[in-house]
Amino acid sequence: MLRNRHAEQIGLALERVHAAECALIRALDDLRHRHPNDHEVFHVARDVAAWSRRHVPLVAEAAGAWGRDLDPEGPAEDSSVRDRLAERAAQLVGRRHAASVLLLDDLRAAHLCAAGASLDWEVLAQAAQALRDDALLALVQECHPQTLRQLRWTNAQVKETSAQIVVAGAGS
Amino acid sequence: MEQRTQIDRIAEPWGTRTPYGAGEPWPVRVDQHLAAGVAEDDVERWVQAASLLHSNGDAMDVAVRAGRIVGVRGRAVDRVNHGRLGPKDLFGWQANGSPDRLTRPLIRRDGRLVETDWETAMAAVAGRARELIEERGPSSIGFHTTGQLFLEEYYTLAVLARGGIGTPHLDGNTRLCTATAAAALKESFGCDGQPGSYADVDHADVICLYGHNVAETQSVLWTRMLDRLDGPQPPAIVCVDPRRTPVAERAAVHLAPRPGTNVMLMNGLLHELIAHDRVDRAYLDAHTVGFDELARTVAACPPERVAEVCDVPVDDLRRAARIIGDAERLVSTVLQGFYQSHQATAAAVQVNNVHLLRGMLGRPGCGVLQMNGQPTAQNTRECGANGDLPGFRNWANDAHVEELARLWNVETSRIPHHSAPTHAMQIMRYVEDGSIRFLHVSGTNPAVSMPELARMRALLGQDRLFLVVQDLFLTETATLADVVLPAATWAEKTGTFTNADRTVHLSEQAVDPPGEARPDLEILLDLARRLDLRDRDGAPLLGWTSPEEAFEAWKECSRGRQCDYTGLTYERLRGGSGIPWPCTDERPEGTERLYVDGDFRSRADDCEGYGRDLVTGAPVEPTEYRALNPDGRAVLKACEHLPSHEPTTTEHPYDLITGRTLYQFHTRTKTARAPQLQAAAPEVWVEASADDARAEGWAEGDLLRVATPRGSVLARLRVGGIRPGALFVPFHYGYWDTTGDAPDGDGGRAANELTLTGWDPASKQPLFKAGAARADRVAASDGLAAPAPTTTASRPAGDPGARPVAATRGGPPALCDERIVAGDER
Repeated sequence: MLRNRHAEQIGLALERVHAAECALIRALDDLRHRHPNDHEVFHVARDVAAWSRRHVPLVAEAAGAWGRDLDPEGPAEDSSVRDRLAERAAQLVGRRHAASVLLLDDLRAAHLCAAGASLDWEVLAQAAQALRDDALLALVQECHPQTLRQLRWTNAQVKETSAQIVVAGAGS
Repeated sequence: MEQRTQIDRIAEPWGTRTPYGAGEPWPVRVDQHLAAGVAEDDVERWVQAASLLHSNGDAMDVAVRAGRIVGVRGRAVDRVNHGRLGPKDLFGWQANGSPDRLTRPLIRRDGRLVETDWETAMAAVAGRARELIEERGPSSIGFHTTGQLFLEEYYTLAVLARGGIGTPHLDGNTRLCTATAAAALKESFGCDGQPGSYADVDHADVICLYGHNVAETQSVLWTRMLDRLDGPQPPAIVCVDPRRTPVAERAAVHLAPRPGTNVMLMNGLLHELIAHDRVDRAYLDAHTVGFDELARTVAACPPERVAEVCDVPVDDLRRAARIIGDAERLVSTVLQGFYQSHQATAAAVQVNNVHLLRGMLGRPGCGVLQMNGQPTAQNTRECGANGDLPGFRNWANDAHVEELARLWNVETSRIPHHSAPTHAMQIMRYVEDGSIRFLHVSGTNPAVSMPELARMRALLGQDRLFLVVQDLFLTETATLADVVLPAATWAEKTGTFTNADRTVHLSEQAVDPPGEARPDLEILLDLARRLDLRDRDGAPLLGWTSPEEAFEAWKECSRGRQCDYTGLTYERLRGGSGIPWPCTDERPEGTERLYVDGDFRSRADDCEGYGRDLVTGAPVEPTEYRALNPDGRAVLKACEHLPSHEPTTTEHPYDLITGRTLYQFHTRTKTARAPQLQAAAPEVWVEASADDARAEGWAEGDLLRVATPRGSVLARLRVGGIRPGALFVPFHYGYWDTTGDAPDGDGGRAANELTLTGWDPASKQPLFKAGAARADRVAASDGLAAPAPTTTASRPAGDPGARPVAATRGGPPALCDERIVAGDER
């Protein structure tokens, strides 16, 4: 069976997507907790992390069909005491320009995670097409467009804020 | 034939009915109010103007006697109001003559604001700006303007900031009221510009009002609707509003969705239109893109699910969809209930989608009105004094920026366009992080009108910020300023402005400004001179000195764009009716409706914006846009419902919505100085439903503390017609007439003590109707009722056994003249 022969590789590809989506969730959560004073980042990071949180169980379910056991629960959303302390601390230092420089770092990290996840979806999409596996292809078609929107969002945020942070903030 | 009467326009805000039928002209009714003791014969001059205290653009004449304003009268000849005026127009003019107007510049010395002369004040302002531009660059300079200056002033400000200083940080408080209207129009049609006309009300068989309490925000437009409702073949009204507004009381269907669920509600209506094939396929095929994705998105929103998420009766939802689906001439209007709520742009865009699906645009009775909140908000938008470039030009289109550079004779690189112009909320963030160090605020009061006031006061009060406030009164914001510049206002200066249906009016100077107060135009030109702003050839960048010259310069900027003013002159705007743009030599009478025959301005090389992701706000790239919409059609843009950013909890169990009342405007700087208006709504209140009051053991007039994690407000309770689970607090009330600039001790008065900082990612409009709150009783009523009007959405629920509440009346000082003209004898 073609399916059996490829189970190992497809399972691995799904595992990579799963890991990438979990990493992206953590990066978006970090962005949120560290930048509560950048309100658009704060709110939208959660909205788009919710997409990844929906992807994770779908990926885990698909992986089960290929004999791979993946955790259907991604990183928990409920902010821990540590996160809330981080939020409070971030609110207090938010008046300092250094916090804005950190924002660029954290957006960059989230963008790279989204890029990684997008490539992993791409690999899965190609494999699904080669195998003519409709279920797998449907999964990719449902999830990958949202990864691309996460990628565009992090890029757009960098584009929108970097000039002010780098140029006008110098010497603050 | 004429009928003259006197009527208390506080008690009867919409005046006497003049019913008319579908397709008939709206009868003329001339409203007039003169100061006590002044008769019509005493008036020396009548000077043409239009309304300043809402966005309807009601044309009026200002009565002048002995160098003072003594009253107003509606202009019978005008297309917008056919002679009528609203209560704020009839009484609001008195604020001009208020004894506490600012008459001299103020400057901060040893921590206190003291009077100074113009030379000292302007030298300080220009000096600090130049210093910062040299030390830290143009992006250390920010401007926050309003929706209440004139076109000539916005254009001057836009050239000064964008072409002169070269800062991207210029935005209006229109961000708070009308940014979503502009964003929704750009998303769907490629360009700002109201598709419909107020005259569509004369023809409609169905009128849908989405989050638009028109009875209070644009009372004369509601008068027009009331006259249709009382005439033959009245239209059916569909009202979407969490409160039982005057509109809801006349509606065939009133849907009061749970706050934060507008997109779900709209998707449910669209689902029904598609499921029952109430779709104009030929129109869709010829004039739109994006139907398949819209159909896919709304397929997930069947009525049962929508009814549950929105908490509305499923039968009402179906009935509303049926009325919309059966409409032959459909008018839809949208305002703050959508614009200031969760997923603002996404929800407003779905209203456009209803009209595109049904092919109902550009014909009499078929129009969308994405409304404005302020009188001149449209001009802030078209002149580029908001987050866009002048003339609806696209910051992401290099050819558009080059056009501006040629027009202003500056290098293209001088006009910041590396990203979208900075929106007001982000400007405040840059003030907070210290990268903006100079902020010029004109005609607005962010220390009361912006969300999360404790934060706003802290960031505006920073020592490192040089704050300049240009206004009529010592507002809460002005008390925080380094320099305060006394400005002239409406009727003390000349200029043009454009209402929510694109009608341009001329508003002429009737009297002198008080003391040393100056028109905003003069102040801005003085600043430009002192900053020595020059074009590429060394000539002054702003080559005009009078309003009319500024208008002529603007006409060139507007040439060929959707907001084309080239066919207008001051002379043409004198004497007759206002004229709707575009107005060119080929169309000298202006343009009643846009997008006749599905002809949109959405081609990639022409459009004002390529759109944004409605969830993330990320701009669509030009190549992507070209691929999506190669032929310049309208775009059906879909969006899924998302959960709110601050859902209710056991600790904060109520959805908090803030809003307005008919009798006040903004932060009451003008309306509280008009005695009839102030008496009608003198103090903040909070509205809760009768169900919630019963469950909590509250009664009318009890003093409640409304609290969120940001702050608290003390207000008396009105048990009213709001949906259970929601609280309403009007946002007008600040501190200038109580404690100065901030709450004194425990519990504030301004609703924005409570609101969260958050905005719609696409339009960047702050979400004033999207927080969770708790409310606790501090004291029983002691016989007092809430100080809320009984004539409007805040009227008591009227529960049997409830404490009786005295009706809102103006009495003799509120008597106004009405002259109803039978037949059309204009």
